[in-house]
Amino acid sequence: MPSHADRKASAAARHRLLPGGRLAGPMPWIIAIMMFLTVLAAAAGLGLGAAVRSMSADLAGRASVQVVEADAQVRAQLAARTLTALRSSNSVRAADPVDPAALADQLRPWLGDAATSGDLPVPALIDVMLTPGDAEAKIGSLRRLLANLSPKLRIEPHAAFLLPLAGLMSALGWLSAGVVLLMILATGAVVVLAARGAHDSHRGTIDVLHLMGSTDVQIARLFQRRIGLDALMGSALGFSFAAFVILLIGLRLAATGSDLIGAVELDMRGWLILVALPIFGVVLATLAARWTVLRALGRAL
Amino acid sequence: MSAIVQFENVGLRYGLDSETLSDVSFSLSSGGFYFLTGASGAGKTSLLKLLYLAQRPSRGVIRLFGEDVVTLPRKRLPGFRRRIGVVFQDFRLVPHLSAYDNIALPLRVSGMEEGEIDAPVVEMLNWVGLGDRGQARPATLSGGEQQRVAIARAVIGRPEILVADEPTGNVDADMARRLMTLFEALNRLGTTIVVATHDLPLIAQVSGAQMMRLDKGRLADPTGTLRYPPQSQSKPQGNA
Repeated sequence: MPSHADRKASAAARHRLLPGGRLAGPMPWIIAIMMFLTVLAAAAGLGLGAAVRSMSADLAGRASVQVVEADAQVRAQLAARTLTALRSSNSVRAADPVDPAALADQLRPWLGDAATSGDLPVPALIDVMLTPGDAEAKIGSLRRLLANLSPKLRIEPHAAFLLPLAGLMSALGWLSAGVVLLMILATGAVVVLAARGAHDSHRGTIDVLHLMGSTDVQIARLFQRRIGLDALMGSALGFSFAAFVILLIGLRLAATGSDLIGAVELDMRGWLILVALPIFGVVLATLAARWTVLRALGRAL
Repeated sequence: MSAIVQFENVGLRYGLDSETLSDVSFSLSSGGFYFLTGASGAGKTSLLKLLYLAQRPSRGVIRLFGEDVVTLPRKRLPGFRRRIGVVFQDFRLVPHLSAYDNIALPLRVSGMEEGEIDAPVVEMLNWVGLGDRGQARPATLSGGEQQRVAIARAVIGRPEILVADEPTGNVDADMARRLMTLFEALNRLGTTIVVATHDLPLIAQVSGAQMMRLDKGRLADPTGTLRYPPQSQSKPQGNA
């Protein structure tokens, strides 16, 4: 059984077989830049995904009922009856009338003081929160309930308003996933090129080792270790910078105070996926280097 | 003595050129000392490449240690190569490794523990007279010193066959004689020696050596002063 010092000396001797300068060079920096971009793209994708999920969960169970009646008195009576009917429905968890003053405040930037004068027939609004389950079916049953109550009642699921925005965010999320995939492929290609270059520049040493009876695996191990170390350094550097930038952006997003923008956040699962990226990068680089060198060696006798 | 190397009608062609080696047939006995001679371009280096498994022949059969190595799967070649020591014409020392590490290479390749490497490497350095030059890089060594490091590297693993391609081509006459003395000592320990050279006076110094001569890629008859290898399958055509 070799001692620890023996193993250390043996490893040091193996590492001397490939001079450090040639492989070190730009490789760690290239991998650092690629890892930085990959982690940012992945963070964007995960953050947008979380926002879409949060938005969908919020919107899927909510709807607004409009009471469209020009006469204010009739509108108020119809709104009261509608509220009672909604609260008695199995599909509704909560139904609350929107304060007319709050509604007028929201309309003032567009309609001016006319919004509060009462001259304009602004519909009464009731916020409806549905019970959990098939939101589409529940909206359908409420639509029938309201139609029986009065033709002046309309129900609008909130999901319908923000569907295009959710679609855009979802598309951006998928775009980020695509960018991550491309970056992984590019990283693999860079490693393959680097391994080929390293193999060519150490051809003399490799030939000597081969003729002394080195196996392909013994030689490939020298390269995969060196490239793996380069990838480890580059990945750690790239990930650290990316994590710093993500934290900064997170602080900025939180500072906006917007519910929509604030929904773009990374949970623990998201961070675990980001941490897994550099580990995956190192494994990918090591395997790509091994595959490339073994393939090149396989062409020789 | 049993045959350790057998060539039967071996031919070697590089690309579409004419054959570099044609119909080469011979056998070498285990423990023998052989010289391979011939003019420059006669095919000596090509024949040695076939011998130390750097090249496969275009045709014919080569048996090493009793096994056909022409059809041998690639993955089994390292095991055979570890049984053959090679002294290259251009030394092929690894330039960024010290003399010590260059000599230790075959032992490390064979998987020897690091703690067991030091003693034989130091012994070998002393044997070739470079005991105080172990940490020197090849670039700082003279031609003769590099040659001795190359020889030490070739023999440290106690190979069954030692193949040397023009080992005295870069050294003076005195060093050449000393190298031959080293080879003879190895041969006495049981290693089969094959030396390619066109230095006829050097060949004459080694008593008991046998000779093969290559002429334009064919194994030809030996010169009159040298004995034909008894195990060789090729027949002398002139004065033997």
